[in-house]
This record gives sequence, C-alpha cells and structure tokens, in this order.
Amino acid sequence: MNKKNLIRSAIALVVGILVIGLGDAFLGSFAVRILNLSAIYIILALSLNLLVGFTGLFSLGHAGFMAVGAYVSALLTMTPAQKTMNFFLTPIVPWLANIQVPFILALLIAGLCAAFVGLLIGAPALRLRDDYLAIATLGFAEIIRVLITNAQPLTNGAQGLKAIPKYSTTWVVWGFAALTAAFLVMLLRSSYGRTIKAVRDDEIAAEAMGVNVFRVKVTSFVISSFWAGVGGALLGHMITTIDPKMFNLILTFNILLIVVLGGNGSITGSILGAIIVTVMMEALRFLDMPMNLIFFKTNGLPGLRMVIFSLMLMVVVLYRQRGLMGNKEFSWDMVANLRAVIGLKPRNKGGR
Amino acid sequence: MPMELSTFFQQLANAMSLGSLYALIAIGYTMVYGILRLINFAHGDVFMLGAYFAFYAITLLAMPWWIAFAVALGLTAVFGMGLERMAYRPLRDSPKISVMISAIGASFLIQNLGVVIFGGRPKSFPSIPLFDTVVRFGPVSVLSVSLFIPVVTLVSLIVLLYIVNQTKTGLAMRAVSTDLDAARLMAIDVNRTVSITFGIGSFLAALGGIMWTMKYPQLNPLMGVMPGLKCFIAAVIGGIGNIQGAVLGGFILGALEILIVAFLPELTGYRDAFAFVLLIVVLLVKPAGLLGKAQAVKV
Repeated sequence: MNKKNLIRSAIALVVGILVIGLGDAFLGSFAVRILNLSAIYIILALSLNLLVGFTGLFSLGHAGFMAVGAYVSALLTMTPAQKTMNFFLTPIVPWLANIQVPFILALLIAGLCAAFVGLLIGAPALRLRDDYLAIATLGFAEIIRVLITNAQPLTNGAQGLKAIPKYSTTWVVWGFAALTAAFLVMLLRSSYGRTIKAVRDDEIAAEAMGVNVFRVKVTSFVISSFWAGVGGALLGHMITTIDPKMFNLILTFNILLIVVLGGNGSITGSILGAIIVTVMMEALRFLDMPMNLIFFKTNGLPGLRMVIFSLMLMVVVLYRQRGLMGNKEFSWDMVANLRAVIGLKPRNKGGR
Repeated sequence: MPMELSTFFQQLANAMSLGSLYALIAIGYTMVYGILRLINFAHGDVFMLGAYFAFYAITLLAMPWWIAFAVALGLTAVFGMGLERMAYRPLRDSPKISVMISAIGASFLIQNLGVVIFGGRPKSFPSIPLFDTVVRFGPVSVLSVSLFIPVVTLVSLIVLLYIVNQTKTGLAMRAVSTDLDAARLMAIDVNRTVSITFGIGSFLAALGGIMWTMKYPQLNPLMGVMPGLKCFIAAVIGGIGNIQGAVLGGFILGALEILIVAFLPELTGYRDAFAFVLLIVVLLVKPAGLLGKAQAVKV
C-alpha cells in the first residue's frame, strides 16, 4: 500500500467513526436501530462468510448458533428479579436464578457456548459434504430451536425472554463489528487462512499436501459459531426480547443473502452487503403497509418485501454470481479503476 | 404403558396415511436429486402450490372436484418445469453452492409470492363428501381420505416405476442420472429429460399437497416448509436417487412420528425434531441411505 492510499484509508476510518458517532448522537431512535442492526449483521455475515466464502462449507445452521448465544448472554445478564418475572409459568432452574455476570463476560461465555455447540455439531456434520452438510446443519439448527422451545425451566420455552438489558449501544455493536472484521482479516492472513482457502479450492490437493482437512473445517466451523453466538447475543441485547421462533431459517436466509450479495469470500463485500441489506429491509418496509398509488389502493401486501429480497438473491445468483465485490477486497485502486470506467480519469495503465 | 389394541390400530392407520403422503413427496426429491444432484429446496413450496391451485379451482372457478384436481395437477407440473427452466437450468454448470442458493431463493420467492397473492391467513379446504366421511372398522375410525392416500401412493409408485424402467423416457432419465454428459453424447435430449423429471416430481408433489389439505384441511403459504424438509429427509433415509428408497423412507418417518407421539406423549413437543435426529443418525451410520449405493468420489 502506498502512502497516498494509507492516508486515504486513515481519512476513511475517521469519517466512518464520525458518521457512526454523529448518527448515534443526532439520529432518531429508529434510524439508530438500523445503524446498530447493520453492525450486528456485519458480524453475522462475516462469520457465515468464513464458512461459505472462505472454507467452502455451505452451512444453513447459523440461526441455531445465534440462538445459543442470545439465550446464554440474556440469561447471564438479567437480574434475579427480571428472571422471576419472565419465568412466571415454570420457575427457572435454581442454579441459574441468581447468577448475574458483567455484560462483556456474558458475551464471551455466550460466544464460547455457541462455539462448543458448534464443535458438537461440526464434528459429526463435517464428515458430510455440500448439500448433505447444508441439510444436516439446517437440521441441527432446527433441533436447537425445538430444544429451546421445550426446555421450559431453562429458557422459558415458547414465551421467550423479555426485558433483556439493553447493552448493545452503538459503540458496543460497531466496536464488535470492527473487532470481528479485524479478527477475520488477521485470521485469513495467517498460515491458517491460507490453509482454509486451500481446502476450499481443492480439498483433495490440500489433503495431499498434508493438510488435516477435517480439522481445518472443524476449526473454521467453531470460530464461525463463536462469532455467530456473539452476534446473536448482541442482537438479543439490542431488541431486548427473544423467542425461539425468531431464530428460524428466514434469519439464516437473510444472512446468506448478505454474504452472496456482498460477494462470497470478500470481507469488505460482507460489510457493504450487511449495510445495504439492513437499510433496504427497513426502507422497503413501506411495501408491506397499505399504499395509495394514484390509480389503485393496495391494502398492504405483507410479504412483498420478502418477495423482493428473494428475487434479489436469485438475480444475483443467476446473473452476477460474484456479488458486489466478487472474492476481492476493497482497495483504492479499485476506486481509481471505477472512476476510469465512468470516464472521470484516464485508466491506470498497470505497473507501479 | 398399557395400550388398547384398538388404539394401536388407530395409530397404525394414521401412520400409514402420513407415511404414504411423505412417500409421495419424497419421490419428487429423489428423482430430481438422482438426475441433477440438486436438492430442490422449492419442492415443498410446489407442494403448497398444488394444494392452492386445487383450492381455487374448486372455490373460485366452481369446478367439480375431479376436474379441479386434474387442473391443479397439470398446472403444478407445468410450474415445476418452469421453475427448473428459470432457476436451475442457467446454473447447471455452476458450482454446487450457487445452485443451492438459487434453490433456497426460489423457495422463499414462492412462499412470499404465496403470502402476497393468496394472503397469509390460513384457508380451509372445502369438504368433498367422498373424502370427508368417517369410516369405522369396529372401534377404529378413520377419515375416508386416509384410506385413499395409501392407494394413490401405491398406484403412483407402480406407474412411476413403469415409466422409469420400461419406457424410453425412463431410459433417458436413468442415462442422464448416471452421466449427464455421456447421455448428451448418446443423443439424449438432456434438457427435455430434466424437464420431464421436474414435471413428474411436481405432479406428485401436487397430488401429495391436495391429499394433505383434505386430511389436515387448512392451507397457508408456508404449509410446504415442514413437509418439504421432512420429505427430503425421508428421501435421504431411503437412499437418495432411489424411488423405492424414498417410499420406504417416507413410511419410516411417518410411522416414527405417529408412533413416538402415541406411545411417548411426553415427547410430543419434540415431534418436529425426530426427522432431523433420524437424518443425522442415518447420515452418520449409513450416508448412502438404507437402499442407496455408496458412491466413490471421482477425483
């Protein structure tokens, strides 16, 4: 990276922090919510991208790990009084009733629990490939959901948990989003990062080179589960109510949409995708409401928003499989080339 | 736990009809997978469409039930072929992940179009006297549709096996399933064969959908999700790509769900998880399924 680009990056970083800070200070609560939701989706998309984009494992179980993280963190941070209020049908198990730990510790435990569940699931499931893996992970996520629904004294079952402490402030979620991104960048630059890409590109060749493919896959799965758990926990602390129905296949679908749209195997792609999809999800909410178009009135078509998102996913897969960024990362040279394409500047003719 | 013999037969009858329904839907999965190595995630939604087509043909167009059913079956088959053409054919040479994402996208698209067009509120299927009477065998009483379901499944299975094993189209299907490129070299019209396979699979899904709504007389746009997933699992249990295997898997799954809930009522809340647990056990113990042949990975 040359000096000019370094300065540009530093400026971009400062501007980014400023935008987030100003947004947090001056935007209304609804807009701040979208801002923070983007950050959480960045964490979730990055963790799924590690699997789908970088390790080549197609997993549909993300919502399950998020559920584990969200429940663990919520139960660890609620006060005993809040727990009694929540568990009015069946009392909570005694050993959990009086535990309360600081938020950061709860978040860490939530991530570790999700990672442990990831290990339990990954060890058998990762013996499978491609579509079998997808359906098995989907199955495990569904099993997690059914278990949570039925473990009344532990999770309050189908009623879910309400009044979870609202710890996910703007700085917390964006801080964690940055942390996830930095972690992933460092991970992928390490020798382990090269190994997982080797496994993705050619499993057999990687194995022949002495890579323990199974172990690499499990590690990647566990790391991804960890961040999914953290993301789920942050989500719980943002919207303050969780229930098992929330963590269904649609949630996984949304995250998958972000990964595919942003570019399978691109960190900056996932970040961009998360912001675009989150903002659009909220911006297009009007589609589900009653509309008054000059010529005809609709009574609100719930589902229209999801139609658009499904169509978007299909169009991307059918016509631009690489997504927004392909498997490349954002760079200033890319901007320069883009400007050349638009015609603002003569194209940089290679060679530096 | 003590159990009356009549209760046992009652549950057995329930298991038979649920198993037959699962079998019917599982066949569609297994055929598509056999030929394209693709999980047609949208199969459950095609099942839902079949039920809705029949519903609207009866209620909106006031057709007699048998014409309505024929129309619904035909429309759904055509829809299935269209789906393959739009969502899967352009990706035939793409990486597997892309095709799967396209399938998931198609599934969500159909569901949400269903919510927009049909409305999210559940609808109840009109009563058809022939299928809607209670038949008693001593203490055991079943809905007449439950007696039709196994018969329909059996007939469909026989016809299907005839098509696959005895006709030229069936030969083409088997050839494409063995090796798509070699089949093309042998002058088999691969696109047409795949299209027919989707048509047949969707036809059977619609058949299953219509009978499902008569047995559990409610329609909603998401009704295909759970049966869809479970029937895929049934197909995997039986050995995916194998038609008899799909039927066997469907019956095993149907029987398991009904019998566990009947004998161990305290597990009722876990009902939807049985299928997944069974899937994982089968995948780990015998990944090729009960009747499937293990395939070596080509390098």
